[in-house]
Amino acid sequence: MKDRPFIVAGLAVFLVFVTAPVWRSLATPRITLAAPQIKSPVQEKLCVAPVSYMRTSHMQLLDEWRESVVRTGQRKYVAYNGKVYEKSLTQTCLGCHGSQKEFCERCHSYSGVSTLTCWNCHSDAPQVSRNLP
Amino acid sequence: MKMTRKGFLQLSGLSLIAIAAKKMGARKMLRGAAGGSASEKREKTARWGMVIDLQKCRQKEGCNRCIKACHSAHNVPQFADRADEVKWVWKQPFEEVFPFGQTQYTRELNAGLPVLLMCNHCDDPPCTDVCPVNATWRTDDGVVTIDFHRCIGCRYCMAACPYGSRSFNWQDPRAAIPTVNSDFPTRSKGVVEKCNFCEERLARKLAPLCVEACEEKALVFGDLEQPDSEIRKLLRSRFAVQRKPELGTGPSVYYLI
Repeated sequence: MKDRPFIVAGLAVFLVFVTAPVWRSLATPRITLAAPQIKSPVQEKLCVAPVSYMRTSHMQLLDEWRESVVRTGQRKYVAYNGKVYEKSLTQTCLGCHGSQKEFCERCHSYSGVSTLTCWNCHSDAPQVSRNLP
Repeated sequence: MKMTRKGFLQLSGLSLIAIAAKKMGARKMLRGAAGGSASEKREKTARWGMVIDLQKCRQKEGCNRCIKACHSAHNVPQFADRADEVKWVWKQPFEEVFPFGQTQYTRELNAGLPVLLMCNHCDDPPCTDVCPVNATWRTDDGVVTIDFHRCIGCRYCMAACPYGSRSFNWQDPRAAIPTVNSDFPTRSKGVVEKCNFCEERLARKLAPLCVEACEEKALVFGDLEQPDSEIRKLLRSRFAVQRKPELGTGPSVYYLI
């Protein structure tokens, strides 16, 4: 009879141990597997290329834009529908799609693809002021 | 259904051709979409250049309007430590810039007077020859430019430049930019940068910012290949010098002493 407290305590520890995953999952915030809902731009209905193409190949397009602007100085892009766009990540792309956090980042982090290095140098905020000494 | 070896080979060959044809078709469509940009007409000026009138430049003592305009628009970081200094346009005393440009008796005349300096956008730039990754080159317009995406930070170009026009980002520059202008990229740590003759403005047919910012009109910008341009007229009428012309780099920045 002397062992009773030990047995009860041991059982309690065992119970906590066994049910730990349940408590843990209850404590952590809910993870949803639903794809992020990206807001469509209000003012523009068409992108520089069809949506299906942009979904799969926007990186190639951006790469091509970068090469042609920086290396050959061609800054105008004639879209599939004949409309002419400025080849600009910050002005043309984000002009419609808003900030990179809302647009680029969400899909990239959802799908777990490479982190974006564009924003190490390019900035999406119109003016970022810092107080420097 | 039984398939012979011959039938199998024929079928796989045909399907390979079909896949290749489909891929080529898609690529052609893509190129068609991008092809428009290739046909875009590019106004070719043979060689952009600048004349700096040092007398006009000195009219207002301590004036740094051009430097400020350039550095704030191009997100040039302001590091307190001189070892980390990044500069596109800057000033140096006359005797350092033109050490042989005077005699022992005229030395006093210009001693200590500031001379405005920037990349000379050489006709035959030594910096571009040494780049191992083709990250810097001279454009058809005579602007020596850098592809920041490609720069690997080896600093060969800095060693090759006889004018010290190039700066290296030893630290993350973003932390040292007072106000980031989102129209122009900042650089990242480990990248070389320098004056780009406001290439992004030239594309919009605007003069460089330093030229625009100068109230004394000490800076004159134009096409050196056009005999009737303002800059050529100026160079015809006044005696002008280049920095270290003996090196044969052919600087596009001229100084009226």
